[in-house]
Amino acid sequence: MANKRKRHRVLPGFGLSMGYTLIYLSLIVLIPIAFLFLKASTLSLADFWETVTDDRVVASYKLTIYTSLIAALVNAVFGTLIAWVLVRYDFYGKRIIDALVDLPFALPTAVAGIALTTIYAPNGWIGQYFEAMGIKVAYTPLGIMVALTFIGLPFVVRSVQPVLQDLDRQYEEAASTLGASSTQIFVKIILPAIFPAILTGFALAFARALGEYGSVVFISGNMPMKTEIVPLLIITKLEQFNYAGAAAIAVVMLVFSFVLLFLINFWQWRTTKKYQMN
Amino acid sequence: MMKKIWITLLSLTFLFVAACSNQSTTTTEKDTEAPAVKKEVELLNVSYDPTREFYEEFNKSFAAYWEKEKGQKVTINQSHGGSGKQSRSVIDGLEADVVTLALAYDIDVIAEAGKLPVNWQERLDNNSSPYTSTIVFLVRKGNPKGIKDWDDLVKDGVSVITPNPKTSGGARWNYLAAWGFALEQNNGDEAKAKEFVTKLFKNVPVLDSGARGSTTTFVERGIGDVLIAWENEAFLALNELGKDEFEIVVPSVSILAEPPVTVVDETAKKHGTEEVAKAYLDYLYTEEGQEIAAKNYYRPRSEEVAKKYEDQFPKINLFTIDEVFGGWKNAQKIHFDDGGVFDEIYKP
Repeated sequence: MANKRKRHRVLPGFGLSMGYTLIYLSLIVLIPIAFLFLKASTLSLADFWETVTDDRVVASYKLTIYTSLIAALVNAVFGTLIAWVLVRYDFYGKRIIDALVDLPFALPTAVAGIALTTIYAPNGWIGQYFEAMGIKVAYTPLGIMVALTFIGLPFVVRSVQPVLQDLDRQYEEAASTLGASSTQIFVKIILPAIFPAILTGFALAFARALGEYGSVVFISGNMPMKTEIVPLLIITKLEQFNYAGAAAIAVVMLVFSFVLLFLINFWQWRTTKKYQMN
Repeated sequence: MMKKIWITLLSLTFLFVAACSNQSTTTTEKDTEAPAVKKEVELLNVSYDPTREFYEEFNKSFAAYWEKEKGQKVTINQSHGGSGKQSRSVIDGLEADVVTLALAYDIDVIAEAGKLPVNWQERLDNNSSPYTSTIVFLVRKGNPKGIKDWDDLVKDGVSVITPNPKTSGGARWNYLAAWGFALEQNNGDEAKAKEFVTKLFKNVPVLDSGARGSTTTFVERGIGDVLIAWENEAFLALNELGKDEFEIVVPSVSILAEPPVTVVDETAKKHGTEEVAKAYLDYLYTEEGQEIAAKNYYRPRSEEVAKKYEDQFPKINLFTIDEVFGGWKNAQKIHFDDGGVFDEIYKP
């Protein structure tokens, strides 16, 4: 039996690598998260409920989720566009642009936040023109979206790019000879192929935005009920030495993020399957 | 198969534990190596943000003094950050020999965690705060909105910059200073004071999470007509960023901000640094210490030094937090804890 199983594996050392995976995940992810739940469980159920359903906290959930969602959507569209340009066209300085896409990853978020605020503040380079049009960017939810779009961009580009690269042009050519318009080719041939990758990028960008703190606190006005994000409220609780309260809000975000990611992954799995069946 | 996983898991755990214990033995060795009369000693001063420059200068002076007195070389390490955050780090295990924070409440919490006696504030003169400060206004050059006193801040069309009291110790002083002014104006009527402070915060367009953030918003981003700030921060902003752009306005009445200092007994005992830590804080009260504080825009306690810097620090009618609010714990509970007065201000 054991021999038979072994024959199926290309690489040896499943035991070792599995053990490593388990320990690694436990030390880095599972144990810290378990302690988060433990800390939150020091609250009574009534206190927990009161903490996580407070008006101000609920307002911040809404703000965080809706700005993250919009930022992820914007990234899904424009990230795909950038990936498309990088894969399908050749132009001078392409490599530099390709490298620039990863910059939001490397940049400390606080630096990003300060830079974005400087530019989009009412007296900033770009902010002054928006101000003239009557649009305030910095210190409003719009500013938060700008910051979240910035930090989430690489996810979509980097998930769509390799898929586009591997996409066989034969199908497009075949469709073209069969008389399909370019819109039809895009909608029926290309989009289904890259859609799962776009979804992955969307999910990653969304998840990242939900937890973002560093870049947002600078560009957001941090006004209660208006521009206060969930991570800021967690910091607020900590400043009051209310560890359990902070953990309670964190747990809500954790559960929420997990459910969302699970749903997106499920959707992605289904679309992939559908595409493969076609 | 399962057996293999378990063996691997176990051996890896052992490796990990061994690595950890190895490390801890080396550190204990280092600790025991040095008996009470060490040649050199290290202190960690955990402080809040705006004291960086002040303590850099003070530490040099103290090290020279200590070497002359005791022939012992002392190296002082500094850690700076938001006062509340620093306090949390100490509770969670940052090994501070002394703490020099922005408000007594932040040390009270460390005391509650058992690292030092609860009556710590009685151990040194003047509520254990060797230097003081107060809350003043920074306005744009020429004071275009004509801001003279607290009641100018609640007028329509005046935009006020102050950090969030929920996340910033400095902002709590700002808030309490405004509250104290309103109480004085209205013969101690708490409801009127609340109305005043509510109106003031309605004029705040951006609540930064810390005091430096607010200074940036006001100075760099050009937002707001007036910045409520610690006096030493206002001086720093003025000197760093240009006297031709801003000026300081001193209100008729303000709060006496008393940043406290104390030895963290538990860690000092462990490090064997009790004597030098105590001397370090005492040195803050000496003429040299007071002088350095004054040079860094903290108001000195010593009358002699204060006299010398009379021109720098205008006379303000100052009230203390104990007089008006019955101490920090009380103020924190009533005003800043969840569901407190500050939260009510922002209730829709």
